[in-house]
Amino acid sequence: MSSTATEPQRHQTVELDRVVIRFAGDSGDGMQLTGTQFTATSSLFGNDTATLPDFPAEIRAPAGTLAGVSAFQVHISDHDILTPGDAPSVLVAMNPAALKANLGAVSSGGTLIVNADGFDERALEKAGYPSNPLTDGSLAGYRVYEVPMTSLTLEVGKEAGVKPRDAERSKNFFALGLVCWLYSRPTEPTLTWMSERFASSPLVLDANTRAFKAGYHFGETAELFEANYQVRPARLEPGVYTNITGNNALAWGLIAAAHQAGLPLFLGSYPITPASDILHELSKQKHFGVRTLQAEDEIAGIGAAIGAAFGGALGVTTTSGPGIDLKSESIGLAVSLELPLVVIDIQRGGPSTGLPTKTEQSDLLHAMYGRHGESPVPIVAARTPSHCFEAAIEAVRIAVTYRTPVFLLSDGYLANGSEPWRLPDVASIPDIDPGFATAPEVGAADDGENRHSGDFQPYRRDEVTLARPWALPGTPGLEHRIGGLEKEDVTGDVSYDPVNHERMVHLRAAKVAGIASSVPPVEVDDALGPGGSPVLLLGWGSTYGAIGAAVRRVRARGLDVAHAHLMHLNPFPPNLGEVLRSYMDVLVPECNLGQLSKLVRAEYLVDARSMTKVQGQPFRAAEIEKAVLALLGIDPEAATSSSPQEDVAS
Amino acid sequence: MTDTAVPVTTRKDWTSDQEVRWCPGCGDYSILAAVQMLLPDLGVRRENTVFVSGIGCAARFPYYMSTYGMHSIHGRAPAVATGLAVTRPDLDVWVVTGDGDALSIGGNHLIHALRRNVNITILLFNNQIYGLTKGQYSPTSEQGKVTKSTPFGSLETPFNPISLALGAEATFVARTHDMDRKHMQETFRRAHDHRGAAFVEIYQNCNVFNDGAFERITGRDVRAEELIPLVHGEPIRFGTEGQHGVVVDPDGRVRVAEVAQVGEQALLVHDEQREDPGLAFQLSRLARGPYEPTPIGVFRAVQRPEYGDAMSRQLLDAAEKRGPGDLEALLHSGGTWTVES
Repeated sequence: MSSTATEPQRHQTVELDRVVIRFAGDSGDGMQLTGTQFTATSSLFGNDTATLPDFPAEIRAPAGTLAGVSAFQVHISDHDILTPGDAPSVLVAMNPAALKANLGAVSSGGTLIVNADGFDERALEKAGYPSNPLTDGSLAGYRVYEVPMTSLTLEVGKEAGVKPRDAERSKNFFALGLVCWLYSRPTEPTLTWMSERFASSPLVLDANTRAFKAGYHFGETAELFEANYQVRPARLEPGVYTNITGNNALAWGLIAAAHQAGLPLFLGSYPITPASDILHELSKQKHFGVRTLQAEDEIAGIGAAIGAAFGGALGVTTTSGPGIDLKSESIGLAVSLELPLVVIDIQRGGPSTGLPTKTEQSDLLHAMYGRHGESPVPIVAARTPSHCFEAAIEAVRIAVTYRTPVFLLSDGYLANGSEPWRLPDVASIPDIDPGFATAPEVGAADDGENRHSGDFQPYRRDEVTLARPWALPGTPGLEHRIGGLEKEDVTGDVSYDPVNHERMVHLRAAKVAGIASSVPPVEVDDALGPGGSPVLLLGWGSTYGAIGAAVRRVRARGLDVAHAHLMHLNPFPPNLGEVLRSYMDVLVPECNLGQLSKLVRAEYLVDARSMTKVQGQPFRAAEIEKAVLALLGIDPEAATSSSPQEDVAS
Repeated sequence: MTDTAVPVTTRKDWTSDQEVRWCPGCGDYSILAAVQMLLPDLGVRRENTVFVSGIGCAARFPYYMSTYGMHSIHGRAPAVATGLAVTRPDLDVWVVTGDGDALSIGGNHLIHALRRNVNITILLFNNQIYGLTKGQYSPTSEQGKVTKSTPFGSLETPFNPISLALGAEATFVARTHDMDRKHMQETFRRAHDHRGAAFVEIYQNCNVFNDGAFERITGRDVRAEELIPLVHGEPIRFGTEGQHGVVVDPDGRVRVAEVAQVGEQALLVHDEQREDPGLAFQLSRLARGPYEPTPIGVFRAVQRPEYGDAMSRQLLDAAEKRGPGDLEALLHSGGTWTVES
């Protein structure tokens, strides 16, 4: 082990401030695992990291085809970064299809590390290459390293006594070893991780370990590479860090919120990409008293969560777009029942089945309006993988305090992406008071044991929050019936009275609108002070990183631009109108056709401009930068050539 | 807290102040009365009792009970009740549903609640018609049924709710009818006392849209000849003189026979606890519809771990093995590193 960790003598080590690497191969090649482990090693090493997994919806699309290519992009740096990087400077391609599908993204003059063994005639044909790109000169603009990864892996597999067919499967570890050498990563974390991960099958562990080490040694000894690289640890804020995906942060946030509210957590959920990992994670945490029900369908998932909420649990349901469609009627029921409920939508490309594994922000208007009747639901959105933790707690706070279903919007990019997260001080997580209704005093109005219901008023509201009492079954004297039929104000009895209906519609709307008073004002990042810059970028959700990186790039040119990012989409923060009206130009980048821009235009009568991207991929910082430059009257074409590095340090 | 005795109650204590709004003469009234009069005898508390319903005429039931209750949405009551029952094992959770609610729009939830064996008591009011929407055929309407939506007769084969429940791995399956309060109460009591999902089909007359659907078997004068009471441990036998019975032929077919012809010894002895639901299934197919001798009573009552109990046990085991949940430890569970100042 120590020999592999030694700095190679023959090679010069070049310092880099950042690098973007994309691992690409067949969906069976283990590229997600390779990328995840490279990220973990880099995080432990102290780099800032951001990732973009990108895989097909099919578990195993036909091998060697473009449709079956699975990729994992990771950005590592010695300073704090906001995105997984616009363009990879290094592409590891395990076969021709992986090269073809990803070459367009690689920055000009980038490095290609290809598995030369994968470029046989058949594979080239499957990928649709008329001639071999490794020999036909078409890759002249890149630095190409051809490495016979398969044959070298088979070689060490033979030593381990593994059948050739099985041995080949270790080639992703060869690639990982090689890239670890190339970027001077310590080997221990990966070796330790492998010994745990493959503990149950010593033969596989042995083969993978040998392949990993062979890759590392190959870089060191093959004299193929003129240099290797070093990306020093980032100067991050002091603290204890962990690497976290959005879905895990969300699951942990729910556990933390339930804990702070003193409520048992109940999740009713049906498996769906890309939300299932939340169900998986919560299913593991039974020692927290977390109950998870893998329901028979999406509707049962939310129905069970509503039933649990009626009984005094923190009811949660998780899904993605198609599941939200199915849950809509039940969300309306929860609006009418006025029970706490958290509905989590990990957005993906739509409509219909759409792009199950790709990201999009196109469910905002559905969350806002996707129910019959006047059916207001608060909406909270997470902005980064780690922010999912905080967003989950905020969604629970609103749901419990205001007795309402709350939408929590995340998306595929946040769900699967990861970043280092400075762990919060557990003691600083605020408490949430469920404030259950308590049994009435036994008194004059009460005939003792044979009390009569009808005294308790389940829709008598709190004067400040307009929330109704949360009265749990098991509490004597609070027996009451609720349901989806319109209720009489205060008593909660069924009522078809026209004026009462109008009053209830207004009360439910006023309750949700009133949440704004508990929401902090939106902060504006503007070097010139509020309203100072000529352009405000307004974002929500996962565009946070790309917008933030674009702002840095614009400022690096000596220009001014402001950024405001919304966590609360309904109601909006109380100062939002004032903020928007203080800017000449407001640009709203969204991965949809302009849903937030519609909302703010309607709400505030401001001429917000929409900037949209619906490719199943997050924005690149350069795309937003270009749009800002255009607004500032600077020719983006002329500007692009002198564009500063993406994600420059702030 | 000391466990004080359950207060003595009467029907009045279980009756809410809401005016009952079913059509005069509806079979639902007698079912409501049977339940309200039974509950004082069950040794249960009003505050620990919850009625959950979906949509339909039957689904108004919770409003008329002075217990906790939820009138949810069409077909979803078993799902709502599942969430409540597994998080609150201390409660008695009843589901009141109808043939459209449980077997059409909510069919999926019904079968899965039964399969999981969630501790809920399901009362299915089967009137073989859609009443609240004013008279369309339901999934239990007979083939050829002429209704507003089937002016030329229904083309569909109806569900047999008992067969369906047995096929869905239900641990308790029974049938009763709205003309016999005593039989209803006895059946409801058994269903309530069953730990796990209990399914009761109630033949219920809709006097407005499907009047007399069950009259040929439940009418007072025909009952003895047309209803086959299932009593655990006893030979299955019926008729004014007990002259009919149920036998199993050598080829396995279950049929009605004359006792005088086959002899008393040949009668099938009802065993509701048989592990194999096959015989119960055959009994559920004895009548092709409510116009020929039809078994009523408990078809099946077997013990299987209740879902909520099993879930609670997993939580306890996990807490015992790993210690109670510790937020700090959770946040550190994925591998951490420290950035020094």
